[in-house]
Amino acid sequence: MTFWERNQLKLAPFLFLAPAVGLFLIFVIYPIADSIWVSFHEWSGVNRYAVDEDGNLKNFKWVGLDNYIYLFTNDDEFYVAVFNNIKWFFFSLIAIPFGILLALFLNQQILGIRWVKSFFYFPFVINAVVIGIVFTWFYNPKYGSLTYLLGFFGMEPLPILSDENYATYGIIVASLFPGIAYTMIIYITGLTAVSKDMIEAGRIDGASGFTMFWNIILPQLRPATLIAVVVTIVGALRSFDLIAVMTGGGPWGSTNVLAYKMYEDSLFNFRMGYGASTAVVLFILMDIYIAWFLYRLFKRESTEK
Amino acid sequence: MGGKMKNFLVILTLFISSIASAGTLIVNSNQSGAESSAAFKEYIADFEAAHPDVTVVLNEFESEAYKVALRNFLASETPDVALWFAGNRMKFFVDQDLFRDVSDVWEEYGLYDSMASSRLSVTVDDKQYGVPWGYYQWGMYYRTDIFEKVGLSVPTNFEELVAACSTLRENNITPVAIGTRFLWTAAGWFDYLNMRINGYEFHMDLTAGKVSYEDSRLDMVFDKWAELINADCYLEDHASFGWEDGLTPMINGEAAMYLLGNFITGNLNTAGVLDHIDYFQFPKIVDGVPMSEDAPTDTIHIPAGAKNVEDAKKFLGFLSNPKAATKWANARSFLSPNSNAEPPSDRFQLKGVDVLNNAYGIAQFFDRDANPDMAKTAMEGFQEFMVKPDREAKIRARVEKERERIHGPL
Repeated sequence: MTFWERNQLKLAPFLFLAPAVGLFLIFVIYPIADSIWVSFHEWSGVNRYAVDEDGNLKNFKWVGLDNYIYLFTNDDEFYVAVFNNIKWFFFSLIAIPFGILLALFLNQQILGIRWVKSFFYFPFVINAVVIGIVFTWFYNPKYGSLTYLLGFFGMEPLPILSDENYATYGIIVASLFPGIAYTMIIYITGLTAVSKDMIEAGRIDGASGFTMFWNIILPQLRPATLIAVVVTIVGALRSFDLIAVMTGGGPWGSTNVLAYKMYEDSLFNFRMGYGASTAVVLFILMDIYIAWFLYRLFKRESTEK
Repeated sequence: MGGKMKNFLVILTLFISSIASAGTLIVNSNQSGAESSAAFKEYIADFEAAHPDVTVVLNEFESEAYKVALRNFLASETPDVALWFAGNRMKFFVDQDLFRDVSDVWEEYGLYDSMASSRLSVTVDDKQYGVPWGYYQWGMYYRTDIFEKVGLSVPTNFEELVAACSTLRENNITPVAIGTRFLWTAAGWFDYLNMRINGYEFHMDLTAGKVSYEDSRLDMVFDKWAELINADCYLEDHASFGWEDGLTPMINGEAAMYLLGNFITGNLNTAGVLDHIDYFQFPKIVDGVPMSEDAPTDTIHIPAGAKNVEDAKKFLGFLSNPKAATKWANARSFLSPNSNAEPPSDRFQLKGVDVLNNAYGIAQFFDRDANPDMAKTAMEGFQEFMVKPDREAKIRARVEKERERIHGPL
């Protein structure tokens, strides 16, 4: 027997795993490790391996924890960004109840409901950049529809995107537009799995309306809720595209979030190391959330068994 | 958005590397608008006609995306020629050894004579790192019909400018159109106020990081600026608008003035209102301070990693050809830095020539004279000041903190 014939069963799984593991190492693990490494350096983002006469890297200088120290002690913008990320975290969850409401509303068998559903899917299909531009027009204090709407009620125009107190909320509302559609899709799928027997049993016991929804339907939607919450929150933490399109972090940096700050510091301000340190902080924050979430998930699964 | 851009770049670089060969000149350009692209292609066609042995391969980028892409391609798949900007924007790449010293092109094509006035804008340590192809004046563009209707004449000093604001407001006209969403339009106001109050040398020292933003000499700049803000000069909610959105009220005849570069005439022409527009130089503020101007210069460079350096030099040197130089600059309403170029006939260009030839000093523009990260923080501060002038002290302290981080304590 050859080596291969003897060990085929043991080796096969590793061979099958190899491509995926290889790609994962190259495109996920290596960039993460490298970002962490870069975050301990001062580097403008060009010519990383250029050396001076003594053979030392001249563009890539070790600064230890300096980037982090500056970030935490000296950079007011960092705290603005963290605070905005927290706002995103909580307010983007509004999408979930609206998603359920719409899903319940669309979960009926009447003529043409498929057409109606497809209209409600629409925001999720449109590119975020387009949504950003459309909402920017909507908010435009001179010619936007919001201004006309407010004017109809006799109110002054509200420059939402250029007012430091409203701008972040304005962008979050824009993000709810596709967010609601997405959670709705999840719940519509979830509703098909709701057991008809249980609903009938509930009906016999006299449940109806809100009681029926709260005690019988919602508990069965728990897997859908789980996915909806995770996707929404991860989406909120890495929010970037709408901010880039709608305000560019402005007015005067008040809508900055960590992801956008990282992009701006490293690519526009030529501070790759500093941007990397912001990225690492964001990475850790997400990790904490994901770890907590997985812990809850496993704990629940083991108690259910 | 970023992902798509990256894919695009990867495909682009693969494409470039597969066709690079002798006699082929790869040119990366940020001249992406219809008008600017056509103008540059014309220059390339003229160059190819004069040098039949060279084939130019042109890669066009959208101008904002170019700012990010430039850094990537200069360090990896370098083209033979890259378009960029003079001043500190260029110096950054020179300091990173990414642009080639082209003093020999200046020597060979007699640019030290024909482009003497622009030499300093592309000079680092006495060496030239690029060749300018065009520059343009900044100033106040205004609606002559509105000025006539409300009986205003062109303001010649600061008091008249403030008075013009009140007159226009009384007539329900927005005095000054502006859109500060992308920040730099606000920096134009700062540049002019500072140059008119503290003069050219002080302004250059400030942008070079040699003066504190809390320096008492800047008090008057912010006081005067606050005077304009409190006189209700500026378009409401200007932080909501990009510079082109900010122009709409002026096109609609609801706003009277706009402080901007000469490229504004292109938009006003397209909108069909150019006949009602004229230009005046930003008025003087302090007597005895000589008039200096913002006139950003756009340039061509040879990246340090260029493969076809010989033809690249010809491409840069071709700007010494008065006809080609004139044609390119005119098509963009820019001025040619080549003194042998034909004098322009367009009335705005003529005013630009006049103003710039008599200028005491010429600045590039705040975000081209200052470091990129310095410019970002300072311009955010200017934008905030234009909306919340009462935060002046806080804003200046924040900008100064950034200056100290970048340039060190004074």
